[in-house]
Amino acid sequence: MSAITRDEVAHLARLSRLALHDDELDQLAAQLDVIISAVAKVQEVAQGDIPPSSHALPLTNVYRPDETHQGLDPDQALAGAPAVEDQRFRVPRILGEEA
Amino acid sequence: MGTELLRMTAAELGAAIRAGEVTSVAATETYLDRIGEVDGDVRAFLHADREAALEQARAVDSRIAAGEELGPLAGVPIAHKDVFTTTDMPTTAGSRILEGWNPPYDATVTSRLREAGLVILGKTNMDEFAMGSSTENSAYGASHNPWDLSRVPGGSSGGSSAAVAAYEAPLATGTDTGGSIRQPAAVCGLVGAKPTYGGSSRYGVIAFASSLDTPGPFARNVLDAALLHEAFSGHDPRDSTSVDAPVPPVVEAARHGDVEGLRVGVVKELDGEGYQPGVLRRFHETVELLEGLGAKVVEVSCPSFDTALAAYYLIAPSECSSNLARFDAMRYGLRVGDDGTRSAEEVMSMTRAEGFGPEVKRRIMLGTYALSSGYYDAYYGSAQQVRTLIKRDFDAAFGHVDVLVSPTTPTTAFSIGERAADPMAMYLADLCTIPTNLAGNSALSVPCGLAPEDGLPVGLQVMAPVLADDRTYRVGAAVEAALASKRGSALLSESAYAV
Repeated sequence: MSAITRDEVAHLARLSRLALHDDELDQLAAQLDVIISAVAKVQEVAQGDIPPSSHALPLTNVYRPDETHQGLDPDQALAGAPAVEDQRFRVPRILGEEA
Repeated sequence: MGTELLRMTAAELGAAIRAGEVTSVAATETYLDRIGEVDGDVRAFLHADREAALEQARAVDSRIAAGEELGPLAGVPIAHKDVFTTTDMPTTAGSRILEGWNPPYDATVTSRLREAGLVILGKTNMDEFAMGSSTENSAYGASHNPWDLSRVPGGSSGGSSAAVAAYEAPLATGTDTGGSIRQPAAVCGLVGAKPTYGGSSRYGVIAFASSLDTPGPFARNVLDAALLHEAFSGHDPRDSTSVDAPVPPVVEAARHGDVEGLRVGVVKELDGEGYQPGVLRRFHETVELLEGLGAKVVEVSCPSFDTALAAYYLIAPSECSSNLARFDAMRYGLRVGDDGTRSAEEVMSMTRAEGFGPEVKRRIMLGTYALSSGYYDAYYGSAQQVRTLIKRDFDAAFGHVDVLVSPTTPTTAFSIGERAADPMAMYLADLCTIPTNLAGNSALSVPCGLAPEDGLPVGLQVMAPVLADDRTYRVGAAVEAALASKRGSALLSESAYAV
């Protein structure tokens, strides 16, 4: 049995905001199946009450002094923008046509 | 004069520049000429700017002439992996999605090395977003291994390793998330180090997997690597995972390669089946050599290392799927399909499909899967538990040995194209290096000979506890000196691109 179906791969592509072609989906379904079957090995070892580690070093609540710093000016912040209007990032519509 | 300058170590070059025997301009020009001469074949650089480099060199020369006290590497040229932001040159991370992007700020590594007076020659090629072991995943084409141009220079920091091995730069930076400094250093016959996680700042490093990414040095010898390591390390308030502790005494350790009485553990799980015979032969010879120098060698078992690769290929893709969400076509980088009719979400999806290469898409998809509801505990959760087991194995081992050793890579440099179609085969290149990333401790790769069957470099990996990076340099220096006296010359002098 395969670890992942093509429909699941198409769903993941939507979640990942990747407009993939059909042939890419086919190829990824096959490759992800192999990879997921291989990495599923972690389940054999990770049994019982072993605490998870999200980080290598146990640092918590790291703050820096609450001091003001010179930030980017608007021109610097917008310098790499694909589209700019009135000192703002111009973006495609984010709401439906009816809005 | 040119060849003489290229042959100098970074330490020697820095000393000569400080003493006024050589100018930084002369050194920089020599390296720029070398880039012009060989980079058409090696293809290590994505960006090199002659005028900008010479301007930096002139500025350093005037600082020195004005009597300013600068560090040991002032005036020495360097190449940066194209994952470090640089305000004066483009930064792409090897991706189309960032083609032509000029960052508005410098990475901490970049700015610290500027202050130390190093001259940036340019930016080096890499696997896209540091995902890969060969540079073949770069959107701008693969770099070539100077020992054999038909082979990969390793990855993801393969442009940096190729540049230093081809004498196009005396030093280079890289980042190591699963082995991306140590593996390319090993297959190019260089020294490369992964500092303790948090020992070098991630600020301004384009993120791949934030809990693993670690900037580090490439050099042609152990002392130069230590000098570079020291120059950019230390606490950075701009990186919340930066460790607020003194930089381990790596330079001092690199100057005193004494392993008398040092307890060395050979990791049983990183040896034997699946490794190239010539790699194992050189590795075992080097272990004997360390024993001959007075080290106490024992075998150590780290059973959970067998599952490290699997855990890594869940944790790293999970983190990358989250980190790469920032490439949304809105604030910087590529935007595709914005014709006035499409929604932001459609433009985002089209841009990401066109701007990311196949390996990046594969990892984003894998990470999205591992983090999705219903699978989270079975995959990401289990992988995090394995991470705990790996840390425990390291802790137990370092309870009775000072360092652990293994081959850096299971094989020497593979051929370009050989593994490109098989992701799992490519992932195996990081088999020995991954445990250290998951546990966050320090490691270094140092050349330990050429494999008899193909004449290509083999690396010895030395692993040490968190913030004991100096031990890896101590062992590295001992191996380097012993190997040089045994062979009669430095390993790199046998490369096709030796000068």
